Parts: sequence; structure tokens; C-alpha cells
Amino acid sequence: MPKDTGIGASSKRREDVRFLTGKGLYTDDVSLHAQAHAVMVRSTVAHGRIVRIDTSAAAAMPGVLAVFTGEDFAAVGGNPAGWLINSRDGTPMREPKRPVLAHGKVRHVGDAYAAVIAETYQQAKDAAEQLAADTEIEELPAIVDMKAAVADAGNRVHDEIPDNLCFDWGWIEDNRAAVDAAMKAAPHVVTLELVNNRLVPNAMEPRASIGEYNPGTGDYKLTTTSQNPHLTRLLVAAFVMGIPENKLTVVAPDVGGGFGSKIYHYGEEALVLAAAKKLGRPVRWTAERTESFLSDAHGRDHVTKIELGCTKEGEILAIRTETLANVGAYLSNFSTATPTFLHGTLMAGPYKVPHVYVNVKAVFTNTAPVDAYRGAGRPEATYSLERVIDKMCRELNLDPFEVRRKNLLTPDQFPYTTPVGLVYDTGNYQATLDKAIELGNVAGFEKRAAESKARGKLRGMGLSTWIEACGIAPSHLVGVLGSRVGLYDAATVRVNATGNISVMTGAHSHGQGHETVFAQIVAERLGIPESSVEIVHGDTSKIPFGMGSYGSRSLAVCGSAMNKAVDKIIAKGKKIAAHMLEAAEEDISFADGKFSVAGTDKAKTFGEIAFSAYVPHNYPLETLEPGLEETAFYDPGNFTYPAGAYICEVEVDPDTGKVDVVAFTAADDFGNVMNPMIVEGQVHGGVGQGIGQALCENTSYDENGQLLTGSFMDYAMPRADDVPFYTVDHSCSTPCTHNPLGVKGCGEAGAIGTPPAVVNAVIDALHRGGMTHVTHIDMPVSPHRVWQAING
Amino acid sequence: MTKVTMTVNGKAVSAEAEGRTLLVNYLREGLGLTGTHVGCDTSQCGACVVHVNGKAVKSCTVFAADLEGAEVRTIEGMANADGSLSVIQQAFQDHHGLQCGFCTPGMVMSSAALLAENPKPSEAEVRHYLEGNICRCTGYHNIIKAVLAASGQDVPAVAAE
Amino acid sequence: MHNFDFTKPSTIAEAVKALSAEGAQALSGGQTLIPTMKQRLAAPVTLVSLTGIAEMQGVCMGEGGLHIGAATPHAVVARDAAAHYPALAALAGGIGDPAVRNRGTIGGSIANNDPAACYPSAVLGSGATVVTNRRKIAADDYFQGMFTTALEEGEIVTSVVFPIPEKAAYVKFNQPASRFALTGVFVAKFKDGVRVAVTGASNDGVFRWAEAEAALSADFSAKAIAGLTVDADGMISDLHGTAAYRANLVKVLTGRAVTAAR
Repeated sequence: MPKDTGIGASSKRREDVRFLTGKGLYTDDVSLHAQAHAVMVRSTVAHGRIVRIDTSAAAAMPGVLAVFTGEDFAAVGGNPAGWLINSRDGTPMREPKRPVLAHGKVRHVGDAYAAVIAETYQQAKDAAEQLAADTEIEELPAIVDMKAAVADAGNRVHDEIPDNLCFDWGWIEDNRAAVDAAMKAAPHVVTLELVNNRLVPNAMEPRASIGEYNPGTGDYKLTTTSQNPHLTRLLVAAFVMGIPENKLTVVAPDVGGGFGSKIYHYGEEALVLAAAKKLGRPVRWTAERTESFLSDAHGRDHVTKIELGCTKEGEILAIRTETLANVGAYLSNFSTATPTFLHGTLMAGPYKVPHVYVNVKAVFTNTAPVDAYRGAGRPEATYSLERVIDKMCRELNLDPFEVRRKNLLTPDQFPYTTPVGLVYDTGNYQATLDKAIELGNVAGFEKRAAESKARGKLRGMGLSTWIEACGIAPSHLVGVLGSRVGLYDAATVRVNATGNISVMTGAHSHGQGHETVFAQIVAERLGIPESSVEIVHGDTSKIPFGMGSYGSRSLAVCGSAMNKAVDKIIAKGKKIAAHMLEAAEEDISFADGKFSVAGTDKAKTFGEIAFSAYVPHNYPLETLEPGLEETAFYDPGNFTYPAGAYICEVEVDPDTGKVDVVAFTAADDFGNVMNPMIVEGQVHGGVGQGIGQALCENTSYDENGQLLTGSFMDYAMPRADDVPFYTVDHSCSTPCTHNPLGVKGCGEAGAIGTPPAVVNAVIDALHRGGMTHVTHIDMPVSPHRVWQAING
Repeated sequence: MTKVTMTVNGKAVSAEAEGRTLLVNYLREGLGLTGTHVGCDTSQCGACVVHVNGKAVKSCTVFAADLEGAEVRTIEGMANADGSLSVIQQAFQDHHGLQCGFCTPGMVMSSAALLAENPKPSEAEVRHYLEGNICRCTGYHNIIKAVLAASGQDVPAVAAE
Repeated sequence: MHNFDFTKPSTIAEAVKALSAEGAQALSGGQTLIPTMKQRLAAPVTLVSLTGIAEMQGVCMGEGGLHIGAATPHAVVARDAAAHYPALAALAGGIGDPAVRNRGTIGGSIANNDPAACYPSAVLGSGATVVTNRRKIAADDYFQGMFTTALEEGEIVTSVVFPIPEKAAYVKFNQPASRFALTGVFVAKFKDGVRVAVTGASNDGVFRWAEAEAALSADFSAKAIAGLTVDADGMISDLHGTAAYRANLVKVLTGRAVTAAR
């Protein structure tokens, strides 16, 4: 019997009511008295030297209040990279300054070099158009292709970086010779070159920011579309603007999806604050969708060569990869961590592989910055690995299911230290594989394939068994690896006098349903109704601190902090109960919302304890403080390791090359599940994005660095009729061993496990149709590309 | 600027509009009805769908001045008279048909238009009808379920997973 | 977008007068024009809405076939043409998405003559007559290359008259992002022969595939075109498909349209 409340219940989401009635409050919905409007002036060339910006005509236009250029921010700091990566030779990565507004040079189409503030949006837009016309930019050759970028020492994105190389990273460098030797000795080596296609995150809510400044107090307020307001506050205050942190409040109200793109601090946030200060009025900015395409951090964009050494029976002996990772024109906050420690450390997958070596060269180009997008590095690793394993099966005529089974780690091998530096705590990869085989009705595939064939379609089935490291992260570990921030999280549990509760979380919910799930956990632990618990997030003035939501970390890290704070509340409650019940503290137990004295019928309800905490008429104040509010910080002991097995079935139309995903099965191990409905929804969304990456989404720059896919007219987002119903399961659960809730995280799973399953299915379909010459098709596996592969 | 008058969610309203004022700006800025969202500039995403004279329309791609006298319904006008969620809204909550909520108003308005035209749509018909509404969160699974459920039909067994 | 004066006449005569002013431009459903204006690629001084003109609305049978008022939205054509010309109704019902179909109009579509729009293929494939405030223009004379038509300054499409074929079908292959036609083929079988019109594929906009028309006029079956090839020269090549791919689609979709025709 499923529970109907508390941990494990599919509680309906409380946040839905406001969204379903038009009462959500997103940044662009905030309207302030006397607000002015900012429009960014963006480069239309990929690479150029700013010769002259004549602001006079624009400044004189109707309604224009101020004009800013890069010169205005030359003296303030840059937007920093959050992770230091050292190259193989030990030298630190190259870190060019990322200014609020481009200064001296523009480095990608969409790079903002000026901003106009006016009374109305349209006036600002008109003046921005004038300013663009009055700007002279000497166009320089665009650096778009990564291989050309590193080969050409003369043409530089940043003048001080001769080969456009940010770093050349080896993981683990000391193992390189052993891996090379193992590869050389392997009876069979499979090689695959592939592209992990560049994606635009495209949260449906475009980025928006509103700056406020109170000259009377010196207080700033930034309302912005952020996944982690505290980090934004830290970056804006300490690094860019030099504002005392206690004079800046950052609020991320309802946020319409992030998928990584709203983790980072962007120049517009500093701009609206500076403009608000200058004008003494609120200044707002909202991106048009095209601006989002041009200036949001993109995702993926790897070119990889992967080699896999194995026995003729398909036992994996060694893996070696060489990757070019595009970081774009500037280093976005986590752009250096994504292709390295979120990618290379996953290259052993869920397999027992003795030797793994990963090399990543990060390359500057005249394109938008690239950073973490749902999955972040782990999809790239998983795709490379699962595709090369599939190729191995074809080359050696082996069954892909059996090959996985042969190589997967077994439950008795945990904890397992991988050759790329992680310690997997627990898992049962065979169980999720078996579950996927069962739910995907693999046994009935041949019959379905025959039915497809009768309709002129080629049916194929593709498998991927994936793992990720998420719940980032142990601060001590990431610190050693170069992170410049700690990756703990925090929560405050405030019990009000009447017994209801406000929980302030460092995690930020932008679709994940924290307001519901976090309340379920607190309610269960304290034995009170869910409706008595309110979750407060997204406002630095209300919340202790937090590192925000990304990397499937909210529940594993912030949820653990909250759980720890609840522990403290219970401990304090016991003290209060001991006082009220005149018993020893150690004799008090707490269960079902009651504090009881062991062996007696004496008890106080949670509500009575709460009330007493705020009406402490007879408290022994030297040993018992009034009030019932606790804060906890939680720094995890390890990453969490969700894993699963995905099976995709496609039909290919051989005449047009069109691929339809006709069935999709995801069997995942997320550890303990707090709200199955929400977990399944997260998987659906990830699978949908994974299908999007595999089949339709592509970010294409031409040789001049012009973005060819700058709107939904050319960037193909998956639509309702592009996807089927998905079969998802999370019953194979091995709870995380090191966090109190036993949770692993589910947000990125679908985006990680799906793309290789889809592409493997397409290749399978073509092989079944006799087109065995097709060994690989790069994503997106669009109709055109499939048709070319068939006919090539 | 001219005054444009229309009926929005059953109430006669009037607000200033330039020639270039789009219906969505009229609603959001003129009337403070911020439930209708703008997600793109190319009439693709559907976050801005409202009903004009009973038909689904992308409010970012119609001028307010072209709708003098029109009957407009937005997400703010979809709940029951007593404030409770309508059948479609309730189905979206029951089936977790929304996550970040940004596309949701458009999804609800398009779904309502579909069910008005076709009270018992098939799964394929729902998917096809919603092709002009992009959702980035749900992979569409639970949206389709919600619409089928709102139509009073059994949600297919596979979708119940 | 730049600002403009907005006017909404109620008769064709008033509209024509309003359009004679300097910088005036007609606005029909606006589903293409408004996004274009947002990009500031069009900046009319005056926008003349054609949506309030009763005589430009509606679908009815009349002399020469099915008459469709130029300002009739796609959704109305999809509904009201179904009994008379199902292939045309189906085409209208597949343009864009439901919300676009409630605003977009046939007149707006063919006046713009986007090379990837659906309607031009139906007009050309049916041998329809484009009626303007000044004259009647045969479809074969009307379309003159992408975004180019026979319309003169101040001339507006008021209706389109479609002869009804014995059988017809339209098959569209979507451009995956915009959902416009990457290639679309309209096949219509009349007593005196078959017309095949292709949209989305050619640098010259909608065109008739003469070889297929000849073959299908002799034998209206998909196998009749099996031996034909489509020249990729002049086909559109972009990131969604090369010229060769589109040439392939022309043939594949023509065959499918023939099979689907009813």
C-alpha cells in the first residue's frame, strides 16, 4: 500500500496551484515603481576589435537615461572561473578576464559591449539600434573550429593566449604509461571518433534580472533568474562589483527552468545593479529568446576519440580518450570543471575496467561560453563509453546485453575504487539491467521488428548502462581537485510558536518540487502534517547560505542539511520536554510527533514543546535557551552514484531517414525515493532532453562564427509528438550509504543515459536493415544525417 | 497611444496600446495579468497562448489593436468560479503535468482549446495538437497523461508507470 | 519592433485606399509578419489589418470551384473545406500549430510566398486562381520565385478559387525545428491530367515537377514515378538538409502523396 503522506508518498505538488492559475512570480513578472529598462547591445561579429563606440546619438534619444560601455566596467573585476585546472605539465589553466561588458575586443556573436537604459523597453531598443550603428568594430577572423584553433598560434581569441588552449589535462596522468601498455597488449582495440553536439539549454523562461539600489542605505537588491542566488551574491559582491556581501540581497523568485544555464553569474546581473545605482531607479532586463541563444552558457560540445581495448569475448581491458572541449569565448563559472572532473572521472562507467586514461584539451573559440548543462560532463563520458561498447559488440559479433553483464561491477565489489579516482559506495547494476530487459520486453523485440518491417520501417533496439557521480560534493575532495568553492549546503528549520514550520533551504527549486518534497521529509520526521511545513528558498536575506541546485544535489546535500537541522530540533525538543516533564533528557524519546518519558505515559506533543519554547516562563535559562530554530550545514562524505539501464526502441524510415522513438524504458537506482511521482517526472524530463540531444538538437555556427541556430525556427526542440510515453522504474534501490536519507539524486539521469541508447538503437536498426556499413552517426541523428549515412 | 477595449476573463477592460503593442504586452503590462508568458520571439513556444473569441491564439503574435472588442480568456480566468482548479488544471496537478511552471499557462490554454474541439482525443491527437507548445521539463509524458485524464479517458497503462 | 499606425478597415475598398499611403503594409494573420517586425526586418509606417473585412472571409462552393476568402484562417479552411476538398482541408489543418492556424490566413501565406510554406503548393498544384482587388491571376503566373509573386504595389489578394480535382493529397516532411515544410508535395489528379507542386525544396520557391506530372497523368500510381530522378541543382541546401536530400524527398513524398490521394 503506497503511503499517502510523508517520505515515499507521491504527494501532489503544492507549488502547482500558483503555476496553474497564473499566480507564479517569475522575475519578469516583477514590476517596480519608476523602473527603467535595459537593452544590451551585442556584437554581430564573432571576433573583432572595438575601434570606436559613439554613444552621443543614442544617449540623446527620447527616453534614454544612461548608456554603458565596457569602459565603464574596466576598473571592476571579472566574472571568475570557479575551478582551477592544472595542465599535464603542472601549469595552471589560462584564465582571461571576463568583463561585465566587452572591452577592447568582442569575442562571440552576442557578446554584449554596451547597454542602453531608457524609460521604456522600446526606447531602449531604439537607442541600442542607434548605438550599434554608431559603433565601429574591426572584424577579425573568427576562430570556430577547435582543431584549427589549437593549430593556429596567430589567430587568438584572447591576445595573451597564443594557442587558444585553456588547459591540457590528463587524468590520471601517472597512469598514462600503464594504460598505453594495456591498450597495446589488448587482443582487440575498438576506435571511435565522435562529437557530443553542442546544445542550448533553453529553459523556457529566458534569463531576466532586475537591479535595485537604495541610496539612503546603500543596499542593493538583485532579482534574477538563478539556480543559486548565494553564489551569484558571492560572485557579484566579492569578485565583480566590490559590494559588501551584507549590502546585497539576491532573490531568485519562481524560476522557469535552469538545466545548468542559470547556475552562473552573467554580466547583465552586474549591469542592472550598476545602472540602478547610477540612476537611483530600478533597472530591469529580460532576454529575448534570440539573446538567450546567443548569450546563455551552452552545453556539451566535445570532439572525442575513444579507444577501447578488450578481449575477443568482450571483456574490457583498457579505455583511453582524447577530447577537445569547447569552452567558448570566456570561462563561465564551472566551464573548466565540466569537461574534466565531471567527465574524466566517469570514464570507467559502471564497469570493472583496470586501465583508464582521459585527456582533455579545453579550447577557446569565438562562440558563446560553454558550461554545465543537465548532466554536465557525465553525458559526454557515458555517450563515448556506451557508443564504443556498442561498436565493440558489432565488431566482435557479441550480444550487447551479455557484454554489459560480463563487465558490470557486481554488488559484492562495493565499495569500489575506480581507476579514475572515484569510490562507488553501492549499487546493483545487474538488477537495473534485468529490470530494463523485463520492462522493455526485450524478448518480444523480434516480433515487433517484423511488424515494423511489414510497414516498411526498420526497427532497432539500443541499450545503455550508465552511472553518474552527483550530489556534489565533498568539499575536501573538490578542494584538492581545484574547486574554488565548497560544495556543502545549508538549511534552517524554524519552528514557529504555534508549531508550524518554516524551512529555509540553500537549494533552489526551479521545477524540482522542493516545496513539496522537502516538506514531506520534515513532516514525516516530526510527525506533523505536510501542510504545517513551508519551504522558503531563493532569497539570500532569508536563508543562511547555500550552494544552490544543480548536479542532482538538492536532496542529497541540502536535504541532508535539512535532515541534520531536524535532528537538532528533536534534540532541543528533548531538552525542553525533559524540563517540562521533569525527567532526565536521556529518558525522553521522540516518535509520532510526541516527546515521551520512557516507561511512563507522560508525554508532550510537538506543538506543546514548540509553544513552550517561545513562552519560556519557567525555563532554566542557564541550561535551556528559549526558541526552537536550528541551522545545519552538511558537507557530504562522498559523491552519490545513481545508475541505471536504458533501452530505446526506434523505427527508421529508410526513405527519408526519419527516426521515431517508439518505446523507451528506464530502470534506475536512485537509492531511497522521497516522492515517486516527482522522481518519475524528473526522469521523463531528462529522457526527453536526451532524445532531443540524440535526434534533433544542434547548435551550429558557420565558419564566420554566426549562429545558424539562433531561434526555435532552426534549433529543433523536442515537441510532444517527437516522443513516446516512457516506461520508468526505480524499484531496484540500493540506498546511498553515506547520507542520512539514503538518496542519490535523479535530476540528470535521463539526460545522461538516454543519448547513447537512442543512437545505439538507430545503428541497430540500420544493421538489421542490412546497412552494416554504417558504424556511427553523430548526433543529432537527424533525418538528413541518417539518409546520408544510408546512402553514403 | 489609443485605448483598446476588450473583455478579458469576463470583465470589460480598457488599456492604452501603441500600434506595436502585442496582446501579451497588453495583458502583462497593461492589465497586470502576468500568468501569460513570453518564451520566444518566433511564435514557436506557445507559453503565451490565450483564447481569443474562444480560439487558442499566440498572444505574442497578435496586436492588441487588432482585437478591439474581442473576448479574451487567460490562465487567470481558468479556475472555477469558487476559485478551485478546473478539471484541466486539476488534472495537470494530479498527473504532475508541470515542473517549472513557465510553459504551463500556455499548455493549459491549448489543452482547453483541444478538449473544446475534440472532447475525447487520442494520445496521438493530443501530441499533435500540442506541437506548438514547448515544454523543457516534463518530456511531455505527464502533460499528455493529464490531458487524457482531463478528457475523462483512461490513461494508457504504459503511461501510468 | 518599430512603432506604426494601426488601421483596420472593414471593406476591401477602404483597405486598398489605406494601403496606397506611403509606407503602408497589409497585415493579415501576422504569423510571419509579426515575428519579422520583431526582428526589425520590416518596419511599416502604417499597418492595415485585413482581418476585419467580411468579404474576405469564408469558404464556399461557387463558379470555378471552392472559393476561399483571403483572410480566412487556416483553421476555418481545415474545417469548412473538408467536405469539398479534403486534401486542401488537410493541408490547412497541418500548417504550423493550432494557435497559428487560428490566426494565419491563406491570403497572407500566398502573398508572402515563403519557399517553405504549405499553401503555395496547394494553389499551384490545384491550378487555382488568385483573385485580387484588380484581377484574376492563374497560379502558374502568380508564383515568381521565393518571396516573390505577381502582386503589384497596392494589390491585395482577396480570394483564391480552387478547382476540385478527382483526387489529391498533400504530404509534408517537417523541418524539425520550425515545422515548416522541409519539403512538401501536393498532388492533384484532374480529368485532364495530374499536377504536382513542390514546396520547401527549391531556391525558386514552389514549383511544378513536370516529369512526374507526365508520368502520373499516364498512370496515377507511385510506381509510375519510380524511374524518375529529381535534379538536385537549384534545390535548397541548409543545415536541415542538402539539395540532394531535398531532391530525394521530392520523389519520396510525391509517391506517398499519390498513394494517399483520395
